[in-house]
Amino acid sequence: MKLLKLVPEDTNIHFLKWGTPFYVVSALLIIASWALVFTKGLNYGVDFAGGQEISATFTRQSEAPIGELRELVGNLGYGDPVIQRFGAANEVSIRTKLPESAEGNPAVAEQISNRIVSVVRKAYPDVRIDSIDTVSGKVSSEFRDKSVYALLAAMLAIALYIWIRFEWQFGVGALLALLHDVSLTLGMFALFQLEFSLQIIAALLALIGYSLNDTIVIYDRIRENLKKYRKMPIRELLDLSVNETLARTVMTSATLLIALVPLLLFGPESLFGMTAAITLGIFVGTYSSVYMAAPILIWLGTSSDSFVTKESPTDRQERLARERGA
Amino acid sequence: MLDFPNWKKVWYWAITLVAVAAALPSLVSIAGLPWPSALPRPTINLGLDLAGGSHILLEADRGQVVQQRLESMEEQVRTRLRAAEPSIGIGDISSRDGRLSFMLKDPAQVDAAREAIMPLTYGAGLTGARDWDIEVIDGSRFVISPTPEGVEQSVTNAMDTAVEVVRKRIDALGTREPTILRQGDERIVVQVPGLQDPAALKNLLGQTAKLEFKLVDVNASPEDIARGIAPPGSQILPFAEGQQQGGQTALAVKRLGGIKGDQLTDAKQAFDPQNNQPVVSITFNTAGGARFAKLTSENVNRPFAIILDDKILSAPNINEPILGGSAQISGSFSVQEATQLAIALRSGALPVDLAVIEERTVGPDLGADSIQKGLIAMAVGSLGVVLLMVLVYGRFGVYATIALIINVLMILGIMAVMNTTLTLPGIAGFVLTIGAAVDANVLIYERMREERKKGRRVVAAVENAYKEASRAIYDANITNAIAGVLLFIFGSGPVRGFAVVLIVGLFTSVFTGVTLTRMWVADWLRKARPTDLNV
Repeated sequence: MKLLKLVPEDTNIHFLKWGTPFYVVSALLIIASWALVFTKGLNYGVDFAGGQEISATFTRQSEAPIGELRELVGNLGYGDPVIQRFGAANEVSIRTKLPESAEGNPAVAEQISNRIVSVVRKAYPDVRIDSIDTVSGKVSSEFRDKSVYALLAAMLAIALYIWIRFEWQFGVGALLALLHDVSLTLGMFALFQLEFSLQIIAALLALIGYSLNDTIVIYDRIRENLKKYRKMPIRELLDLSVNETLARTVMTSATLLIALVPLLLFGPESLFGMTAAITLGIFVGTYSSVYMAAPILIWLGTSSDSFVTKESPTDRQERLARERGA
Repeated sequence: MLDFPNWKKVWYWAITLVAVAAALPSLVSIAGLPWPSALPRPTINLGLDLAGGSHILLEADRGQVVQQRLESMEEQVRTRLRAAEPSIGIGDISSRDGRLSFMLKDPAQVDAAREAIMPLTYGAGLTGARDWDIEVIDGSRFVISPTPEGVEQSVTNAMDTAVEVVRKRIDALGTREPTILRQGDERIVVQVPGLQDPAALKNLLGQTAKLEFKLVDVNASPEDIARGIAPPGSQILPFAEGQQQGGQTALAVKRLGGIKGDQLTDAKQAFDPQNNQPVVSITFNTAGGARFAKLTSENVNRPFAIILDDKILSAPNINEPILGGSAQISGSFSVQEATQLAIALRSGALPVDLAVIEERTVGPDLGADSIQKGLIAMAVGSLGVVLLMVLVYGRFGVYATIALIINVLMILGIMAVMNTTLTLPGIAGFVLTIGAAVDANVLIYERMREERKKGRRVVAAVENAYKEASRAIYDANITNAIAGVLLFIFGSGPVRGFAVVLIVGLFTSVFTGVTLTRMWVADWLRKARPTDLNV
């Protein structure tokens, strides 16, 4: 049987030759992502914004009457509701802010959701209420803090681990690659205004772990080659390492994407945002392994000496003494 | 590396079989088939987002616990000093700013007062600290303030009681399989699976059900009450919604000297024989009955207020002493409200108000739909992964495939035995694990190709591949585990379910993807003695 090869054998692509334009693009994309996050903002769901979210399916319609709903619910006087398609075309989420008096008072929140549900049900008897989430301002602000801590802690802990296992330059490289992946994913959420919920934080944490897999494979090879080819210029050595591991990088990313894309297409609607974030993160992560994590090593001055145990002055004296004795 | 003694093989297969067997009940139940009841059945729990149900997060008001404790201290101090021989007179008493302060009328009694109050404080915590600090300022002013240890202890006690009360109330509603857990210092999580109406539950939990009987201060003028000015020693309390008396919507009641309605043996919904209105009839226990009898006999022909959660339900006149130890509470209830109040009173008052700060309700249809779609996506994704692996790595891809199937079953089995919960994000965790688990195989097989190209002989190439690839495999898995553990620590509810699948999956995928495939490859090498590796 002739086996399939996604990557031809013995590639010799000069990745670093094309480096500069890619770095510029990467830097611009990171800046653009944060600019989007700060100008357009993230579309926070109830987890982070607080309030109430009702999700509903219109079982006998192919498309949910979003415009009518906006008017219907808007007229109830609970502020401007955010009404969005949610997954399939006949599913919507209706998000309302809760008044101050609802803070900690279940009766008020209850009343509001009952009112919305009954009004919608009266106008559309085929509606099925799938879920109702009520999150107080206190809990949502805690979620915000915790999420930021978790993301920072994960990135730092992983960078620290890479530093311990490799060298400090590799730790910094991994950290920058992670920042790149997380920034671009956040940028996508700001650009498309996908709902940003706790699930997305979970996705970001997962991608912090998984997008680094390729980076580790490349780093492992760089370390191996640094020990093997002591005289090779670092640029050449990086290109060699990336080329040697290219089949792996492509295959490992491909298996992840093949598993994830069906979940994106056929999976439950409520997992769409999460899956999209992980999928994009894996994609971006593969790119950043090659174009961020590796080249950064040059700037940080990694050389073939990085993995040679340095001789301490006492060792040196002992060695000289031994040599003299011999 | 490729040498597998028989005892090792037996162990590996035993571990595999046990974990896979543990997954069987879950698989059978997903398929909707019955499982023989004679066999043990560890099944994976479905989270609320898949099974439908409600999640309610309650938070206690810490300040209230502190305030209540201060008030009870005030009452005890007054009683003690009055009962002292000779009695100790005090004035200018205040319990503002979180501490109790008062002046002795006779500064010479300082030591006697201190001696009388001292037994009211106790050790708190393990540090040997007391629960109250007693200070004397300027020789005659006592300041009694709670210590942090004392506050901590009273909050803990209040929360323990609150959890018990919440459990009793939920049981009384006939709720099936509730989960009630203390979370952090002052929170309680209540989870109720299935098709149940959370509204009744929430209303019941939101009700403190602190029942009190206090004397009405008849000296307060309606004008003062309207302006919110209470005579000394009294407080203004509003009537409950829809209640009033003689056009007044609030009354002044004496702060001290009332009794609490917590010493009950029973409370049930009944109807008033006179006007057929729903009421709650309560029965005191012996001690409570005696106190109630004392209060009513000492105050015949005076009005007393029946107060629920600091709102006056009614303020009837005491026409005659009530000695039978039972009473009736009316307050224009609906039958349902009266029933709920009866449950609340029966299960005891909450020691502190609980506020609902987060609530999530998922309909049962959504969950079933999600499971089905999740399974389809998982099947398609797995097929794609398997196809790619077999096309690219041939025989070795088949090994990876078998390892992948065992991997998924092992995750299910381990989760079932550990009694963890599968949530909607957990399904995404499965898919991600399927995609990532074969990565170990990719790394190993690519290395085999490389080693062969370098001219290594078959056995050496395989051996080297497993050895050299495992460094990157372990590093990658450890970074994934770091992210997974942080997710577990910081996450809550459904997101935790995702972390659980990822973390369990890391362990099983190293076992199946590296250890088991190595055993199979070694077997094949020994039996077939291939001269080349088609990889």
